Amino acid sequence: MANYSTNEFRSGLKLMLDGDPCSILENEFVKPGKGQAFSRVKLRNLKTGRVIEKTFKSGESLEGADVLDMDMQYLYEDGEFWYFMEPDTFEQHQASENALGDAVKWLSEQDICVVTLYNGAPLSVVPPIHVELAIAQTDPGLRGDTAQGGSKPAKLVTGAIVKVPLFLEEGEVIKVDTRTGEYQGRVK
Amino acid sequence: MSNESLQYRSELLQSLRSFFQQRRAMEVDVPVLARSTVTDINIESINVKVFGDSGYLQTSPEYFMKRLLACGVGDIFCLGKAFRDSEVGRRHNPEFTMLEWYRRGWDEHQLMTEVTELVGELVQRHTSSDLAVSKLSYADCFIQHLGVDPHSAQLPVLRQMAVAASSDSWVTETRANCLDLLFSLNIEPQLPGGLVFIYDYPACQSALAQIHLNDHGQAVSRRFEVFFNGMELANGYAELTDANEQKSRFEKDIGQRLRDNKSAVAVDNKFIEALESGLPPCAGVALGVDRLLMQLLAVESIAQVMPFSWDRC
Repeated sequence: MANYSTNEFRSGLKLMLDGDPCSILENEFVKPGKGQAFSRVKLRNLKTGRVIEKTFKSGESLEGADVLDMDMQYLYEDGEFWYFMEPDTFEQHQASENALGDAVKWLSEQDICVVTLYNGAPLSVVPPIHVELAIAQTDPGLRGDTAQGGSKPAKLVTGAIVKVPLFLEEGEVIKVDTRTGEYQGRVK
Repeated sequence: MSNESLQYRSELLQSLRSFFQQRRAMEVDVPVLARSTVTDINIESINVKVFGDSGYLQTSPEYFMKRLLACGVGDIFCLGKAFRDSEVGRRHNPEFTMLEWYRRGWDEHQLMTEVTELVGELVQRHTSSDLAVSKLSYADCFIQHLGVDPHSAQLPVLRQMAVAASSDSWVTETRANCLDLLFSLNIEPQLPGGLVFIYDYPACQSALAQIHLNDHGQAVSRRFEVFFNGMELANGYAELTDANEQKSRFEKDIGQRLRDNKSAVAVDNKFIEALESGLPPCAGVALGVDRLLMQLLAVESIAQVMPFSWDRC
């Protein structure tokens, strides 16, 4: 990979830092009038998700990270790996539980996800923003209670637990925002 | 840049001129293009071709203004453009507007008072509010926020603190750069609002300022910096008038630039000759007009106060 100097730093650039691929969130040029220039950089470690702040001297450079975001279709899991396919080439990639992280509780077969490849292997998976999933288990619904507030936990077929309105029954399909894990509505 | 800030800029330039007119300083319009430039280790001049030879866009009007002072002109100010390569960001643009002025027979503290009067007047006129002002020595800032005396601390201690505040790449840095880093990261964000004067800079950061002894008998630079709501606004000196001392500082800079693999620059001999002919005792200060506008308009980015910032040129 190419090296990037501080003057090429901008948000979204993927770099290697202490052996891990990171993405620049913010880069601020700092220079006292008579003093040495430097860059204050906020980066997200793409492996751990942690945000770190670093200060680099102007002119220092870091190695670029071989990281690529790609839309892929989720195919199936075999208990050890989750399999994703590039829609254009039909090339398949296997992702570990680690790479899946929280995404695992939202995935249904054929969902289109953003898979981040690092050195060609899945590093992380972002599920679709909105998913439609059936309720596998919840307390019985209360008849007539369709308008008022109040919620109860519902376990979805993928294992995720979401707060839903009291009137919903097992077997009903709901729409969920995967970024917040919040119930969005009932799908008829 | 909005129509409003374009109008504001026009009014500010007029306000600055009338301030100095009332106080009997003469405006001088000195070159921005010259054969020589500054030797500052951390300032890169923009190198241009003139008649096939090397020329430089000036990083401040300082040398030309001092040459005029050495010719016998009285108090002078310059309101014009300055250029610095590789400086672009939220507070930086490679071309910017600088106000610089010199007062004969004044010391740096008298000049700080005039900076307060100037900025206070502008704040009053443009925002109808009062300006908070504080004055601190460089050493007091370090002792208060970092618990170390910047003038007597050993270099390894400063390097260790710089590494802790940033990264390992500071482990071989010079004293001046370590102090700058610590000031920028640990002190600047803690400075009170309004106008803050920091004076008695470390001797290693003297540039073109005289050196004197502070109350503790330590050699410090008669240099001050002005911060406005935590942002560096101006830099001033009780000016060094000793030509030999100035020449040897320039040569030291040139040596350091060579060691740092920075572009080679030569001593501006016409400037040194002017000092040899006699620069009267004076104090001078340079103030970033764009940054002053940023504070008066309360905006976050220098691009918001320029008709065309570098990314749009």
